[in-house]
Amino acid sequence: MSDITVREKNKKISQAKRVTLIINGEQRNLEIGHLPHQVETTHTLLHTLRETLGLTGTKLTCDNGACGSCTVLMDGKAILSCMTLTVECGGKDITTIEGLKDRDTGALDPLQQSFIDHTAFQCGFCTPGIIMSAKALLNENSTPTEVQVKEALSGNFCRCISHYQVVRAVMAVSEGGA
Amino acid sequence: MNEPYRYIGKATQRNDAVGIVTGTVQYLNDVKFKNLLYAKVLRSPHPHALIKNIDKSKAENLKGVKAILTWENVPDWKGGTPGVTRILGRRLRFVGDVVALIAATSEEIAKEASSLIDVEYEILPAVFDEEEAVKPGAPQLYDEFPGNIVTPGFPIFGPKCLTAIAMGDMDKGFAEAEVIVEGTCGYANIPNPIPPEPPGAVALWEEPSRVTIWVSNQAPHVDRMTLSEIFGHEVEIFTHGHPVGGSFGTKIITWQVQAFATLLSRATGRPVKIIYTKEEHIAAFVLRPSSKMHARVGMKKDGTVTAVSGKWLVGTGHYSMTSQAQLAVGLGEVQIMTRCANWDLQTDIICTNRNASGSVRGFGGQELKCAFIPILSRAMAQLNLDPFEFIKKNYIKPGEGYFWRDGNWYIYRGIDYSEAMDKGAERFGWKEKWRGWLQPSAQKGSLRSGVGVGVHGNADIGEDTSEAYVRLSTEGTVTLITSLTEHGTGQRSNYVKMIGEVLQLPLERIFISASDSVIAPFDFGPVGSRGTYAIGSAAISAAEDAKRQLFQLAAPILGANVEDLETVDGLIFAKGKPEQCIPWIATGHDRTIMGYGRFDPDYTLANCMTTFVEVEVDTETGKVTLQNVVNATDVGQIIDPPGLEGQLNGCLGSSGIDSAIFEETIIDPTTGHILNANLIDYKWRTFSELPEIDNVVLETPISSHRFRAIGVGEVATSPGPSAILMAVSNAIGTWLHEYPVTPERVLAALNKVKSQEHAGGAL
Repeated sequence: MSDITVREKNKKISQAKRVTLIINGEQRNLEIGHLPHQVETTHTLLHTLRETLGLTGTKLTCDNGACGSCTVLMDGKAILSCMTLTVECGGKDITTIEGLKDRDTGALDPLQQSFIDHTAFQCGFCTPGIIMSAKALLNENSTPTEVQVKEALSGNFCRCISHYQVVRAVMAVSEGGA
Repeated sequence: MNEPYRYIGKATQRNDAVGIVTGTVQYLNDVKFKNLLYAKVLRSPHPHALIKNIDKSKAENLKGVKAILTWENVPDWKGGTPGVTRILGRRLRFVGDVVALIAATSEEIAKEASSLIDVEYEILPAVFDEEEAVKPGAPQLYDEFPGNIVTPGFPIFGPKCLTAIAMGDMDKGFAEAEVIVEGTCGYANIPNPIPPEPPGAVALWEEPSRVTIWVSNQAPHVDRMTLSEIFGHEVEIFTHGHPVGGSFGTKIITWQVQAFATLLSRATGRPVKIIYTKEEHIAAFVLRPSSKMHARVGMKKDGTVTAVSGKWLVGTGHYSMTSQAQLAVGLGEVQIMTRCANWDLQTDIICTNRNASGSVRGFGGQELKCAFIPILSRAMAQLNLDPFEFIKKNYIKPGEGYFWRDGNWYIYRGIDYSEAMDKGAERFGWKEKWRGWLQPSAQKGSLRSGVGVGVHGNADIGEDTSEAYVRLSTEGTVTLITSLTEHGTGQRSNYVKMIGEVLQLPLERIFISASDSVIAPFDFGPVGSRGTYAIGSAAISAAEDAKRQLFQLAAPILGANVEDLETVDGLIFAKGKPEQCIPWIATGHDRTIMGYGRFDPDYTLANCMTTFVEVEVDTETGKVTLQNVVNATDVGQIIDPPGLEGQLNGCLGSSGIDSAIFEETIIDPTTGHILNANLIDYKWRTFSELPEIDNVVLETPISSHRFRAIGVGEVATSPGPSAILMAVSNAIGTWLHEYPVTPERVLAALNKVKSQEHAGGAL
């Protein structure tokens, strides 16, 4: 295929297919196609976030929907970005760990600050996913009980056993009424 | 009372905390590289086979494929101890062994290419069981290991490396015994610590013979050292470390992953990244060693162990890199917990056609004790001895000795841990809950509760060498130059605290270098529990050296003697005269003060962790629920309270306590495939199933370094598994001798279901 043909073909694709979504408050209009900067129809949201958009705070662990490392918020609810196709995210509002800070002041979310204050991490690899799961819970219920916190985080895999300090960190925010 | 410190013993913010909670910490897979190629591995579907023919023409014609390597077009580089395992070999020894390496412009293309390679295999008979593997006529994995027995000894530990414990007079020892028991027990479920971050590497080869490797390992110098041995010392190796997304001992050596990236970069001239999938991580990376022990134990009524004889079989899978080291350390550790004058404990490391075992938290001692303590328990039960009292009596006391990993005899100069054990027992309520062997501590309907106790300690807290530089800038900042990566324990922040204490400087003014082997001095890394004492000593002495140099410059300016000077917050003054002070910069703005510190091995101190557990067993369903854990230890001086708590809570996962309850790697005994190589089928503890954990930490000053502290992080996982086996046996009133205590095994022990063939042993 000549370069010109490729370009024309891509032009057609780009005219025809796009997916528009909001990521961390910013509208993203992503082309669907086979080039490195484009989104393939087979790409997961996790892949798009990390590889296409460079938002590497969301972590890849199992790529199989089992471990919660890739958790992000979609319209405020926790979803597994490794089990979600980007092309199905049109019109959705996605928040990743990078987007949790106050967008005007840059201040850490009280939940992030609480994780720091309680040293609620060890290696930190699972932490973004845990924070996003906890954030989704707090969006729905600002004063969860400890049992509700544990239930909300039961899909998040952590091998260092940061669980106890995490529960304390989330409960501290809960009691603060955040 | 311990000395009041400015930072030591106080909770301070980890220096990577903001990065972790905002997602900006760059783990290896988060780093961007220009012109990058992606690697995939084509793996063997057979547990034992010879490659007869490989046709890679279709794959090579796929657009975007840049290199395909097989055994035919790579150098004859070999790894292992001894080095007999080729990076790419013609002979494949486990399901998942490497057949071909592919580099392509995207991961998808590399993966597609791997499916286009046609391989013709000659299938060979395979063996999965260690005891079968040593029988005459068993399939042989290596010409170099007749009978599948791996060459004993770990060269780094020296020519006398511990391979057995032989001392005293066995006849006399058994003659003195008031009870003798003999039995076999196995900790053979080869659990996998599975850190969330998969193993990976990025390599860039530059002609003629230099490779730069970005690693996600604990110790970049160990990577360099290991690869140099494999590459034949003819390749210049630079390693850059990144924060480690969990290791639990597994990411101390990942030479295959790093060698794959190196070879592919050498073939393409471009940087190549390889990141294992979670399936590869579980099926083709590192498992715990398998452990089986047959032993004869003599014991007196007062709990004195008079003799131990037997054989410890360590299953290493398709090859060994560190199993000899784990075996040596395990043999040392068993002496630390068991005072006995007469030993004849022999060992073998055995190869079978499964994914390899390697370095894992607990490093040999956990594997040995999980098999040994149940055998000791049978002797205690015959004598009606309380296992807690037995542990307290037999754990090493100051002035006693042991053979350590290098085969030398060391006299222990640490503290007596009896007080920590007593405090732990008190917190747990051991006296109230212990009702005797095979007696439940409580029952209610079909539910039975039981208690157990285990102990572990390690003289590795002072093992190996560490070096550090501490650079003072006279404007009042300090940089610690170290090759260490942060792997979750928070130790990089703890060294900053130690330096802050030595130099009395605000922590915000102390920085820490990137983790590389290019400029930073040698460090063996945070293996075992050596971080606090060994690595801490190097950082402390580098800071003290820098301070001494600073004072030598300041003394003439202040008209004082070097030994009379002090520094606080970047000011220098003679003791008692803080009003006549000069800032560091008065010694000159145009100079670098570089302090150097080194730690040399010291095997005369050991840590100790005693773990008490209470379980509830449903005798109808066989389900075991862990209700309560108390860890008791003495650390000399706490460096960072929340960091320490995290390490102790780590007793559960990463193939610690849970390896006795539900964690296991399940291998199909007919095909050799691992059946649970994913995070759905490999079971792990969730947030909604947390037992209560209580940590009892004493601070009795220990003669280590100036803060009189030692590390205990590694050993938190180790005492728990055998304590669980003990607790479940007590709960249901019958002996269990296999891990993990699945509902099926519990019900079989209660004669409610038929027992499956045992992987472990029989007592």
